[in-house]
Amino acid sequence: MRLTVTHHKPKIRWHIIVFLTPAVLVYTSVMIFPLFNTLRLALYSQFEQQRVFVGLQNFQTLFGDPIWSEQFWNALGNNFWFFFIHMLVQNPIGIILAAILSHPRLRFAALYRSAIFIPTILSFVIVGFAWKLILSPIWGIAPSMLDAIGLKFLYAPWLGKEEYALTTLSLISVWQFVGIPMMLIYASLLAIPDEILEAAEIDGITGMSAFWKIKLPLILPSIGIISILTFVGNFNAFDLIYTAQGALAGPDFSTDILGTFLYRTFFGFQLQLGDPYMGSAIASAMFAIILIGVCIYLFGIQTRMRRYQL
Amino acid sequence: MIRKTLALALAGTALTSTVALAQDAELTIESWRNDDLTLWQEKIIPAFEAKHPGIKVTFAPTAPAEYNAVLNSKLDAGSAGDLITCRPFDASLALYDAGHLSNLGDMDAMSNFSDVAKSAWQTDDASATFCVPMASVIHGFIYNKDAFAELGLEVPKTEAEFFAALDKIKEDGSYIPMAMGTNDQWEAATMGYNNIGPNYWKGEEGRLALIKGEQKLTDPQWTAPYATLAKWGSYLGDGYEAQTYPDSQNIFTLGRAAIYPAGSWEIAGFNTQADFELGAFPPPVQNDGDTCYISDHTDIGIGMNAKSDNPEAARTFLTWVASPEFAAIMGNALPGFFPLSKEPVNLEDPLAKEFVSWRDKCESTIRSTYHILSRGTPNLENETWGASVAAIKGTSSPDELGAELQKGLASWYAPHQ
Repeated sequence: MRLTVTHHKPKIRWHIIVFLTPAVLVYTSVMIFPLFNTLRLALYSQFEQQRVFVGLQNFQTLFGDPIWSEQFWNALGNNFWFFFIHMLVQNPIGIILAAILSHPRLRFAALYRSAIFIPTILSFVIVGFAWKLILSPIWGIAPSMLDAIGLKFLYAPWLGKEEYALTTLSLISVWQFVGIPMMLIYASLLAIPDEILEAAEIDGITGMSAFWKIKLPLILPSIGIISILTFVGNFNAFDLIYTAQGALAGPDFSTDILGTFLYRTFFGFQLQLGDPYMGSAIASAMFAIILIGVCIYLFGIQTRMRRYQL
Repeated sequence: MIRKTLALALAGTALTSTVALAQDAELTIESWRNDDLTLWQEKIIPAFEAKHPGIKVTFAPTAPAEYNAVLNSKLDAGSAGDLITCRPFDASLALYDAGHLSNLGDMDAMSNFSDVAKSAWQTDDASATFCVPMASVIHGFIYNKDAFAELGLEVPKTEAEFFAALDKIKEDGSYIPMAMGTNDQWEAATMGYNNIGPNYWKGEEGRLALIKGEQKLTDPQWTAPYATLAKWGSYLGDGYEAQTYPDSQNIFTLGRAAIYPAGSWEIAGFNTQADFELGAFPPPVQNDGDTCYISDHTDIGIGMNAKSDNPEAARTFLTWVASPEFAAIMGNALPGFFPLSKEPVNLEDPLAKEFVSWRDKCESTIRSTYHILSRGTPNLENETWGASVAAIKGTSSPDELGAELQKGLASWYAPHQ
């Protein structure tokens, strides 16, 4: 008995290490190291061309100095609005589209699926530029289209007005990414076995009530995943705002989100010189916000979600 | 005999090696002037290469709004070009302080420039000059001469005449009175505030007093331009809030607008784009006979990357840039960029001539926010963009804007504390 135990013990499984090493090395060098280095950089500042350790002073400036904190809270508030629009518009529309697409008698389903998904693979630069042209008061087709149906009074230079610009950009982003929740929900709707739906049908649950009572509870985990992906994506967003409104996120910072605030601070803009240390402080704050959000989801929501064995 | 061949062979290798060395020198110019790409490629660089065979020059511009950020990253990473086109004042001073630009003060050719021209690229004590001054740009208004003739308008001299002309164009309705948008923000500050402002703060007098802390941004001469800008809003086209800088350029060159608040750098582009006659007038003064002030801004210099692999070739290029030959080529190849060399350059372009003629009639100054005042955070120049837009849109009153800017400046600039 004792002999067999000692016999098995010293065996090192080299193949595991060999197969894991490349991935661990690459991931550490391009993800983990830069992440921790950014967190470290946030604790430094520059005086007379010298890097000096200043502890939490950058964060004190970021949250304590009215000039910085006003910008930070503005960007954070805008970011929440950006996220709110996505949750309110993108995900419900994604679910509805998926539900329609999964209908067995829908014709040209594959065509619709591709058409709706295509914007997702477009570059932000193309999307930003195309929508800027569509909505342009001078060359755009939006004013003339509204004019054609007698609704010209509804038109406004949306991207140039403080009160509409952020919502407009959020909706452009929704247009671009609605394909992602649609595809994920569509996949999980297809995964629901027909037997369950047939059994429900025998019990008299069909049509809409089948969706609400059978399908929705079964796709709830997918909706959770989509929400968290949307959250992370939105709080890391930068590209669309930058291509459409520039680094100053105009008009009057009304479309400034954390990503553009970080860019402006880190790399500088026009006569404003870049400050990598304050930039890192903002990046660290963004990291903390996303981490808190993901933790709330993981521990607060996902563990309580009921899962059904299909 | 043997000795002779050996000597010949040696001379031969020496010759080939120098030729190889000379051919090796390739210079890359970093610039934000992507509009001038063809002019550099077709006129300026060939003229240099014809005189200096063996040095190959490449002009590699970046988009203007990204230039500073991209350049800083490239310099930090050590991948920037040999020659750096210099923004005036603090942006370049910071590059020099960080050791990215070489001191060019010892170059003989520097004596071709006046002290004012060099001041944009010197340390505060003028002990080091790190860029060769290339050109300045002058602000004013470009107008559609055909439209003015059609509507029977005179070129406005005073502000009252200016707004009367705008009213008349608006009333007629066939032209947008003024082509400018607020989407990109900088036009409002550069072609708006800093264009008309010098007439209010009396050019250098006000600018220097502001730097010394003797005047404040809340003083009437600094807030009044915002009140004037507030009147502009109703003369800009429909949806000007979302109109971008290229939109404005296109609207004007397509002949849809009558007046364009301009910088002289537009001349080359407008000459090729517009098929109507162009005229220009300086910013109108308040009362007829007042001294006029123009923004004649030292805008472009060129310096050397301290880590350049070809410092000799780079210096050769810079010496050539400082020569009257370059000034003549550039002044005429890029009408609207006025050479800063002491020796006057004969310009051919009528519109450029009109702009440069204001130097004799009016007092020159530079943009108020560029020298020293944009060193801190918040950055006065960038803040002025937002303030000018807010003034045009009418979202804030001139006094509120002055107070806001003053608060920002006083937060880091000692003479205002």
